[in-house]
Amino acid sequence: MEKSIEVHNLTVSYHSKPVLWDVDFTLPKGKIIGIVGPNGSGKTTMLKTVMGLLKPDSGYTEIFGEPLDNVRERVSYVPQRESVDWDFPADVMDVVLMGRYRKNNLFKRITKEDRRIATEALEKVNLLEFAHRQISQLSGGQQQRVFIARSLAQQADIYLMDEPFVGVDAATEDAILKLLRDMKNEGKTVVIVHHDLQTANEYFDWIVLLNTRLVAAGPREEVFTKELLQEAYGGRLTVLSKLGDLIGSTEFPLREPDFKEDKPE
Amino acid sequence: MDPIFLKVLLGTMLLASSAAVVGAFSYLKQQSLVGDAIAHALLPGVVLAFILGEGRHPVYLIFGALVAGLVAHYGISYIQQRTKLKSDTAVSLVLSTFFGFGIMLMSYVQRLGQGQQAGLERYLLGKAAAITMLDVYTFSGLAVLLLVGVGLFYKGFQLMTFNEDFAHAIGLPVGVIRFTFTVLTVLAVTIGIQTVGVVLMAALLITPSAAARAWTKSLPAMLGIAALIAALSAAAGTLISSSIAKMPTGPWVVLVLGVLGFGSLLFAPEKGLLFKRRRARAHRAKTLRENLLKLLYSQEERQEKSVQLSLKGMMEIRAMRDEDVRRGLRDLKKRLWIVERSSTSEAHGPSYGLTEMGRVEGRRVVRLHRLWELYLTERLGMAADHIHPQAETMEHVITPEIESLLIKELGTPERDPHQSLIPYENE
Repeated sequence: MEKSIEVHNLTVSYHSKPVLWDVDFTLPKGKIIGIVGPNGSGKTTMLKTVMGLLKPDSGYTEIFGEPLDNVRERVSYVPQRESVDWDFPADVMDVVLMGRYRKNNLFKRITKEDRRIATEALEKVNLLEFAHRQISQLSGGQQQRVFIARSLAQQADIYLMDEPFVGVDAATEDAILKLLRDMKNEGKTVVIVHHDLQTANEYFDWIVLLNTRLVAAGPREEVFTKELLQEAYGGRLTVLSKLGDLIGSTEFPLREPDFKEDKPE
Repeated sequence: MDPIFLKVLLGTMLLASSAAVVGAFSYLKQQSLVGDAIAHALLPGVVLAFILGEGRHPVYLIFGALVAGLVAHYGISYIQQRTKLKSDTAVSLVLSTFFGFGIMLMSYVQRLGQGQQAGLERYLLGKAAAITMLDVYTFSGLAVLLLVGVGLFYKGFQLMTFNEDFAHAIGLPVGVIRFTFTVLTVLAVTIGIQTVGVVLMAALLITPSAAARAWTKSLPAMLGIAALIAALSAAAGTLISSSIAKMPTGPWVVLVLGVLGFGSLLFAPEKGLLFKRRRARAHRAKTLRENLLKLLYSQEERQEKSVQLSLKGMMEIRAMRDEDVRRGLRDLKKRLWIVERSSTSEAHGPSYGLTEMGRVEGRRVVRLHRLWELYLTERLGMAADHIHPQAETMEHVITPEIESLLIKELGTPERDPHQSLIPYENE
C-alpha cells in the first residue's frame, strides 16, 4: 500500500485538556477517506494537527513520507465553512484566487495563469456564473463550493476537508460527491472529517473511527461493524474523559517536558 | 495660501490616509480596540523619547513610540494567551496602565518647567499648527513607506484577515506577516497622533473603514475610500484648528470623521438606512397598487365584463384607508393602468376602470396569488383555509423568474385550491 498520511502516537490537547490520545494510523493513497466520530471526538483537531495548525504534545505526522513543510504545495486544506467571516469584502473570484497564493509569490501580482486555473476550478464546482458575486450573498452550499474551488485551485495531490457536507443542500452534496470521485479517479487522495454515520458508509472507501483515541482505521467493510461503531459512539469513555478534565483543571503536563518520542531515521 | 501651511495641510492629509489604510485591516479583523490600546500605550514611549532625546527630533519619537507600541501589543497577546482574562479585559488593562504611566511622565516633564511641555501636549489631542517642517517631511516619508508596505503585503494581509488558518496551511510565513502588520499598525498610530493625538486615535484607524465599507464591497476600493475620507477629515480639522487660536486638531478631525461615518451609514446605497427606508416605502406603494388592480380585475372576472368602480365602491369590497386608496388611484392613473370617468351621480364621485395594460397587471397579481396558494397546499401541505393571508403578501414579492419556476413545478395548473381558474396571458 502506498502511504498518504502517517500519524504516529499523536497526543494533542486544547487548553491543556487532551483531545487526542496516542493516535496511530496510516492512510493509503488514491482513496476517499473519512475521519468519523461523534461530536467532540477530536476529528477537527486531528485534521488541524496534520495541517500543522496545532502543535501536538507528543508524536508526529507525515504526508507522503515527509514532514509537512517539505510537501506543503501538494497538500490542500478546506477549513470549516463557519470558521470565516463571510461578510469580508471580497467576491467569489478573490477567494478562489487565494488558492494560488504561495510563499514564493506572496509579494507578486496575480498572474493570468492563476486566473485561468481559478476559472477552471470555479467551472468544476459549477459556480462560474457567480465569479463576481459578493461572498456575503452566497447560500451555504455555494460558500462550501467556493472553498472547494479554492482548494482545487491549489492543484494539490491530497485534500483535507473539514465537514464539507454540513449545511449544504442535497444538490450540492451530490455535486461535491461527484467531484470527489472524479478527483479520486485522477489519483488524488481526499480525507474528509465527517460526523454523519448514515452517509459515511456510502461516501468513503476507507474510514478512521475516532473517539479521542483511535477506535479503528481501515477499509470501510472492516471498520463499519456494529461492535466498532458501538465502541466509538456508544457512550463516552468515562475514565478517559474524567482524567482529561482533571488534567485540564490542574494543568498537569501530559508528558514530562523532556520526554521525546523516538523518531525513526 | 501660505506655502508652509499648504505643506502642513497636505502632510496631515497624507498622514491620516496612511493611518486609515493600515487601520482598515484592524477593522476587518474586528480588532478595533487594539489600535486604541496601542495609541494610548504610545504616550509613555513618546514622553520618554522626549526626555532622553533632549528635544523633539521626530526620529527619537518614532523610535520611542515603536518600542512602547510593540511592548504593549505583545503584552496584550501574552495576557490573552497565558491567563483566562477575556481579550477586552487584557486590552483595557494594558491601555490604562500605559496611559497612566504616560500622563505621570508628562506631569514630571511639566514640573521641570522650561516651557517644553507645550510641545508634548499636542500628542494628547493633536495640534497641526505646532508641526514643524521637519516633522512634516519625516512623517510624510514614513506614511509613504507605510502605503508601500501595505501594497507589498496586500495578499498576506488580505488572507490573514479573512482566513488565517488557510494562510498557515498553504505555508505562508504567517509569523512574519503578523509582525509586519503589528509594526505597521504601531507606525500608523505614531503618524496618526501627529494629527489627532493619542486619545482620539482609534477614530482615525477605524471610522474611515467603517464608513467606506458602507459604500463598497471590494477590499481595494474600501482602502481607497477610507484613505479619501481620512484625508478630507484631516484637511477640515487642520483648517479649522489653525484658524482658531489654541484649538486642538484632533477633536475636529474626529468630528468630521464622525459626520462622514454616520452620513455613510445613512446615505450609502443598499446598506444605508435611508435606502432601506425608501425601498420599504416603494414596496408599500407597489402593494397598494397591486391590491387595487386585483380588486378591479376580480370584479371583472366575476361580472364577466369590464367594470367601473367608484372610490366608495372599492372601499365597500375591501377595507382600506380612504387616503391610501386616493394615493393608489393617482399612482395607477399616472401609469395609465386605469382611466377615470366622471360619473352621472354627483354623490359617488368619479369612477375607475382598468385599461388593457392595467388588466394585464391585475391578471398577473391574481395569477401569482392563486399559484402561491396552490404551492402552499400541494408542496407544503397547508390546509386550504390557512393559505390566503400568506398569499396576500407573497403575491407582491414573487418575481417573474420565481413565477416561471412555480408554473414549471406545478405543471401549468388550471385551478387553485379554491377551484378558481388561474388566469394566464393568452399568447
